[in-house]
Amino acid sequence: MEGLGMDIYINNIIGEKEFDIDKIDMLNHYIGMKPIPKPAEMWEMTAFPIVVGGMASIGIFIGILGFLKKANPLSYLIWFVTMSVLGVLGIYDFNRWLANYGRNLDPHASIKLLDINGNLMTYKPPLFGYQKMLNFDVWSYPQTGAYFMLLGMALIFIAYFIGKPAYAKIH
Amino acid sequence: MKRLFQLCSLILLVGSIIACTPGGGAPGNGSGGSKNAAEKVYVKPGDHDEFYSFFSGGFSGQLYVYGLPSARLLKIIPVFSQDPQTGYGYSEESKPMFNTSFGFVPWDDAHHPDLSQTNGETDGRWVFINGNNTPRIARISLSDFDTQEIIEIPNSAGNHSSSFVTENTEYIVAGTRFSVPIPQRDMPISDYKGNFKSSMSFISVNQDSGEMNLAFQIRMPGFDYDLAHPGRDKSHGWMFFTTYNTEEAHTMLEANSAEHDKDFIAAINWKKAEEYIKQGKGKVEKTRYAHNKMNSKTHTATTEWVEEVLVLDPTELPGIVYFIPSAKSPHGVDVDPTGEFIVSNGKLSSNLVVHSFDMIKKAIEQENYEGESYGIPILKYDATIHGVVQQPGIGPLHTEFDGKGNAYSTFFISSEIVKWNVSSLEVLDRHDVYYSPGHLMIPGGNSRKPDGKYLVSLNKITKDRYLPVGPELNQSAQLFDISGDKMELLLDFPTIGEPHYASAIHRDKIVPHVRQIYRLDENEHPKGVTNPTQARVERNGNDVHIYMSMIRSHFTPDNIEGIKVGDRVHFHITNLEQDFDIPHGFAVMGAENSELLIVPGQTKSLVWEAKHEGVWPFYCTDFCSALHQEMQGYIRVSPADSDIKLSWSLDGDGDQEN
Repeated sequence: MEGLGMDIYINNIIGEKEFDIDKIDMLNHYIGMKPIPKPAEMWEMTAFPIVVGGMASIGIFIGILGFLKKANPLSYLIWFVTMSVLGVLGIYDFNRWLANYGRNLDPHASIKLLDINGNLMTYKPPLFGYQKMLNFDVWSYPQTGAYFMLLGMALIFIAYFIGKPAYAKIH
Repeated sequence: MKRLFQLCSLILLVGSIIACTPGGGAPGNGSGGSKNAAEKVYVKPGDHDEFYSFFSGGFSGQLYVYGLPSARLLKIIPVFSQDPQTGYGYSEESKPMFNTSFGFVPWDDAHHPDLSQTNGETDGRWVFINGNNTPRIARISLSDFDTQEIIEIPNSAGNHSSSFVTENTEYIVAGTRFSVPIPQRDMPISDYKGNFKSSMSFISVNQDSGEMNLAFQIRMPGFDYDLAHPGRDKSHGWMFFTTYNTEEAHTMLEANSAEHDKDFIAAINWKKAEEYIKQGKGKVEKTRYAHNKMNSKTHTATTEWVEEVLVLDPTELPGIVYFIPSAKSPHGVDVDPTGEFIVSNGKLSSNLVVHSFDMIKKAIEQENYEGESYGIPILKYDATIHGVVQQPGIGPLHTEFDGKGNAYSTFFISSEIVKWNVSSLEVLDRHDVYYSPGHLMIPGGNSRKPDGKYLVSLNKITKDRYLPVGPELNQSAQLFDISGDKMELLLDFPTIGEPHYASAIHRDKIVPHVRQIYRLDENEHPKGVTNPTQARVERNGNDVHIYMSMIRSHFTPDNIEGIKVGDRVHFHITNLEQDFDIPHGFAVMGAENSELLIVPGQTKSLVWEAKHEGVWPFYCTDFCSALHQEMQGYIRVSPADSDIKLSWSLDGDGDQEN
């Protein structure tokens, strides 16, 4: 079995093997899907590193303040809520992007298939998990960076609850 | 309810009777091949064979790759014959591969494939094979599985005792079967004796690129030299050739060359020859031969004409060649993995003669000679003999080894394979083969490290082994399991042409470096295009060059107009795919050569003569995608005096004009 893979980084999209993106585009063009965008064609590729980098810096900064016993744990909660909102927005954007690619197809495509209800078939890949699409098995999962982001959020959330009574005792 | 049950059992009973009725069809000589054997050759769908094997195609000129033990045909590698399937020898790029001093020779008789070695072990870099008729040696890459080089051998005729590889691939050795006047000249055939000569060619190999170079030739007396084997391990540095017709007969050899009771093994000390060359003792002679190389970046072959060859004369340079009397008219001369035992397969005798390398060395040191021939010492027969396998069979031809101290020999006349112990000379097992084997092959069986699991017998006569298919039959091979004490026949399978010899190697030595694509960013073909926007058409007098790209599922350009009757149209086509197993084919109506099969990243050219006015189609011949049938185009041919300008389409973005 021969697989194709695409790694979506915060600032780039890279094939798992050297020509995977070309091969994906080659297959997608039959159903009229646009080529996978270059980083320059996506504002997200510029904005996300700044947002995530900024949030990470702030997180580390208030973490150090906490270590020096100078931070109000409320700042942790604020950080956590902000990051959660941004995360949800990010996932929403990603899903919108997938939907746009999967549904906004070239009307002159060579292969136009109808679903069981007679509607033109679309090809939005799964946001998370597995989906069978025509003759393809498609998997979509987060990678290391996302897991570390979640871990960071979890730790800061725990830190808020641990820090809150300790902070109350000091003040 | 009970009745129903009974009815069911009745049906079951009838069913089982039908199932037990034997099937039709008359079996041939159905010996061997039990259910156990079937399991041993069964490779599950999707699974891979354990060994690659390379069968010479004999008079087909090609090399055939079979998987073992399933004996599935994996690939045909075109070598010495034009191949319309790929365009090899028809495409402009590959035509130089067939250049020789006789001109364009698009066929040869391929005989003995031999694998490259490192420290006496097969290493999976290259396989070499000889062209017998117009003497040539080819090098095939085991990354690309294509022919990358063909070197013509001058001063040779009947390049049969070839192409055998020394244990670090220092040399590919090529002998001559026919002695001829050297240099060639007009002279009476009856003056053969003493005037005709032979050449043993030592072709060095560049260890990085594989490029061959005819390093030197040893000028030999005018016998016929049949087969050869390099020394191994302790006898590394020596090369052994069998001779027949030491009588130097020139007519009716079947009687006249069988007078002597013994013929010779010619033992050549090539390290000694190298010493003489260092001392400047070789003579540079004028000659002319073609050296053809395929470049995997330009995808184009070129011919270099070489005008000189370095020759050593063993009658003037002692210590290079010794003759060892051996069994009558020996075919194979085979060296065991230790390098000590040299088996001479006297094809007109019923014995196998085993010489000892230590004894040969001692006889040379003590000058234990029984005479000389053309100034070359003949060692005393008895002083070289380890022993004789008495009456193992009739007509021994060839021997290989299992690495466990055993030898396996083919017997053409008694149609069998005999297993015997190399040091005790005791016959251990024998098995009939169908029919009349020539060579046999054990993976690595001529190296220092044989893989003694399987043996293939390459049989010369097929007769009733398969369904009859008219007077001409494919020759048959038979696969044996030799892992146990007794040989077990597993499988018959037909081969193509006449596989004189085969080599096999474990897949692990090849699979990791097999090429999948040619990289477009490494394509240096001067007429290649790496992007559809570079596609164009140019006229130069009556020559029109079409620079075309192909990718699923279209040609660029796919409409060409402005061609005139009498034009020579050169299609230069690049496959822009970078995905494994997506070749595209190209065929144009009325082409007088062949199609082109172009793999990803490759460029090939085909010349098409515009003979008739009209609009002629071209199309992709290799089912490449769901839209393969749409991959087509037209070329318009106008009258010779028409003033229609050259124009071509560019991916539907309107026409370009020139």
